[in-house]
Amino acid sequence: MDVGITRRGVLFIILTALSLLHGLRGEVLPQPNGGVTIIPHINPEDDPQASLEPTKGNSALFKLNYPRIQIPLEITLWMLLASFAKIGFNMYHKITIWVPETCLLITLGLIVGSIMYFANEEPPAVHTNTVFFLYMLPPIVLESGYFIPIRHLFENIGTVVWFALVGTLWNSFGIGISLFAICQIDAFGVHDISLQENLLFASIISAVDPVAMLNLFEDVSVNEQLCIVVLGESIFSDVVTVVLYNMFNFQAKKEVVKATDVLLGIAEFLEVVFGGLIFGIVFGFVAAFTTRFTSKVREIEPLFIFMFSYLAYLIAELFSMSSVTAIVMCAITMKYYVEENVSQRSCTTLRHVIKMLASISETLIFFFLGIATITTEHEWNWGYILFTLLFAFVWRGLGVLVLTLIMNPFRTIPFTFQDQFALAYCGLRGAISFALAFTLPDFIGRKNLFVTTTIALILVTVFIQGITMRPLIGLINIRKTNRNLYTINAEIHCRLMDHTVAGIEDICGQYGHFYWKDKFMRFNDRILRKILIRDRRAESSILALYKKLELQNAMLILDVVSGDISAAPSIISLYEEKKSSSKPNKLLAVEVKKMHDILSKNMYKIRQQAVSFTSKHALPNDSQPREIVIRRHNSIRRSLQSHGFHRAGVSTIHKYHSLPAGKSLGSKLSPGRRSHADVQENMSEVVYPSRTPSPGPAPLSSPLREVPSVHDRGKSGRTRHGMSRTSSSYSDSHVPAPRRHSKSSTSDKNSAGNFREPHHKAEEPEQQQRPLSPPTAWAAEPKDNVTQHPLLRQPQWNPKKM
Amino acid sequence: MGSRASTLLREEEIEEIKKETGFSHSQITRLYSRFTSLDKGENGTLREDQVNFRGFMRTLAHFRPIEDNEKNKNPTASEPLNSRTNKLLFAFHLYDLDRDDKISRDELLQVLRMMVGVNISDEQLGSIADRTIQEADTNGDNSISFNEFIKVLEKVDVEQKMSIRFLH
Repeated sequence: MDVGITRRGVLFIILTALSLLHGLRGEVLPQPNGGVTIIPHINPEDDPQASLEPTKGNSALFKLNYPRIQIPLEITLWMLLASFAKIGFNMYHKITIWVPETCLLITLGLIVGSIMYFANEEPPAVHTNTVFFLYMLPPIVLESGYFIPIRHLFENIGTVVWFALVGTLWNSFGIGISLFAICQIDAFGVHDISLQENLLFASIISAVDPVAMLNLFEDVSVNEQLCIVVLGESIFSDVVTVVLYNMFNFQAKKEVVKATDVLLGIAEFLEVVFGGLIFGIVFGFVAAFTTRFTSKVREIEPLFIFMFSYLAYLIAELFSMSSVTAIVMCAITMKYYVEENVSQRSCTTLRHVIKMLASISETLIFFFLGIATITTEHEWNWGYILFTLLFAFVWRGLGVLVLTLIMNPFRTIPFTFQDQFALAYCGLRGAISFALAFTLPDFIGRKNLFVTTTIALILVTVFIQGITMRPLIGLINIRKTNRNLYTINAEIHCRLMDHTVAGIEDICGQYGHFYWKDKFMRFNDRILRKILIRDRRAESSILALYKKLELQNAMLILDVVSGDISAAPSIISLYEEKKSSSKPNKLLAVEVKKMHDILSKNMYKIRQQAVSFTSKHALPNDSQPREIVIRRHNSIRRSLQSHGFHRAGVSTIHKYHSLPAGKSLGSKLSPGRRSHADVQENMSEVVYPSRTPSPGPAPLSSPLREVPSVHDRGKSGRTRHGMSRTSSSYSDSHVPAPRRHSKSSTSDKNSAGNFREPHHKAEEPEQQQRPLSPPTAWAAEPKDNVTQHPLLRQPQWNPKKM
Repeated sequence: MGSRASTLLREEEIEEIKKETGFSHSQITRLYSRFTSLDKGENGTLREDQVNFRGFMRTLAHFRPIEDNEKNKNPTASEPLNSRTNKLLFAFHLYDLDRDDKISRDELLQVLRMMVGVNISDEQLGSIADRTIQEADTNGDNSISFNEFIKVLEKVDVEQKMSIRFLH
């Protein structure tokens, strides 16, 4: 009921906002072509609220100056409205699964559009060519480029490019030509549309945007190959579409198409794409290189990234290369290096801002889609529209079939028919199609028809396919990812098999399927990293990276748990759990679930396993850092133990320290607890500005603090439903050990103790925050411990240290 | 150093390996060069366990992806090395170190301990092992036989999991 009230509250807010917008007057009607942006135009119609009185003379105290702020205000209100709507949608997980978010946005746009229609308003069409291509498209594409799981993309690059490139071309030409054939039939009255125009139109509507389906796929645990193809296809088909659009736009002016034009077109296409690629890569490297030097100006680090990406986009536009490719390649190239160079906070900021900008753009576009549906002048032609719909489906289906047929022999894991069906069916059209249609130049006679058809297609695909996708996926019994196995046996054995295969791959000298990747990684390690990554000593870079990963991880976990503070078990209850669990084992379902949890948390993951697909509306889910963190923590702990620390003391200190850094257990024990932000603060201050002679130890000791927080946080998070056998084994040593240990007096332990004291003191009512004094005695150890552990060799993050 | 000539691959050997394992000619030559680069001691074998090239290939053959046309070739001939059963047998032997055709609780524990970090206590691991055996064991002998192993993994796509696409 709590949720119910908040939902109602949100709906109420939405309605208020709607009525507020209804009150807005003075809408805009810009000229929709050329470089003209929005011209404010006051429409002094029926309007209670914003009846502006520029100084009428009487009330000089209270003036309304609407025109001045009109445009920003409107945009802000639109955005706010859409964001409220998003809050509303996401209240129910079920809605977002059944109905893709774009549906909801469009619906909202439709509602607002109808309000405006009945109020005889003109919508502010921000879809001029300039505004769309220069302001709204880059964030969307940057976001797709930045969050692709690069490794998986490149492993499947052949398939992805094949589907995207050839598929889009196939679709465009197929639809274009068949529509042209239809046009020849006089009955439909569209005789005047030439082949070029048809092709232009077809290229617009072959831009697929299946990313909305990713949410659904992930929820249903569809196999990963399909997910990556879907993701890659949406990005690259955007590229292809924009290029084709520009090409055909140019061609459409001409009356006759000659063979040379066709050849020229192909050459131009290739030139444009490769040019974009090169620009993107160059700018990516420049950006990475720049971030090498930004350690003193942390606050503006994200700015560099954005500026360089945008610069890549603009320069590519300058040379008429494919700007979309440029920005995508820029993002892909620089991501890896940048995330190593910049601080943790900049990293987070970067990710969040990218997601936010993309979200804004997309929301606005879909919103306007809804509005434009109601308010523009439509030209409805049954024949043309129906045939377009038909051909869109048919050609996509055919395309997927044929392409898969050709592609399957080259794949290790061929696509089954269910995969193909899913791929064909998830061809939703999206924002790009709409925007391209809207910005068609005016010399195209039938522009309104095209716009109408595009809108119809988008609505049909988004609503019908989007909503029926889920039951269909369930029906066709698609191959799942095997991530949720139900027997412990299967889980263990599968993991064993994965380890084996990874080992055999190493023996054969292959990673995954690509020989080139191996070569590239070597090149990367030897040359690129030296240039592009900030110069650090080997140990500290591992440790700093390790730290960063842990921080990321810890933040993730804390985010999860912070919603459940009250549910986290206190130490006392953990203690009691342990007593009760010493009874003989009865294997209940709950226990099996716990076993699954234990295994999945603790088994070493194979490098290929952790995949993070991101939908447009969520940040990536990096579970691999968690694994690495846990693994490294173990190895470091083991090595520390071997250096003479009291075993129980160390391990319990670790467990104990997990508590104060965050919230759950600490909340029960001490009134004043250190907030997470402070921890972060201390962390970054310790590591980054201090180029002290021993940067090693500080990060080393901090892992001890942060990582157990990861552990126990994870565990306490998961065990909130009551049974906590996992934490129980630690609970008995929780209380007595720290006191014992704080009195330790050897130099090593003392310094370590110094370090640790602030933590367990935070546990107790008195709360001091002693500055972290990196124990010098530890300087020697990290070098030995860290480099010798084979576990620390991760192809993904670390260069091979041999 | 020893006569490398004796360890060079001869045509007949390649043919034999091809028949036995199903690899193509170019794959065999490529893997041979990989083998020699791993074989630092240049004595024709890898490590002290004396895995020679034939053994190497035989092991790798388990990981070839399964192709459809192989199924129909010759039903009476023994299964190719990369059949599902043989893949499962390979995995089974990873557990069953003493080759008594059963995975005992200890063997299972050993493997589990290797796969898992230090955070799990022995008793937890023990209960997981018990649960594993309990799930799989149908004849009550407290260990997992090969048939039980097969049965447990019947829903799992072993052909895909235990496959590597070998480069040509």
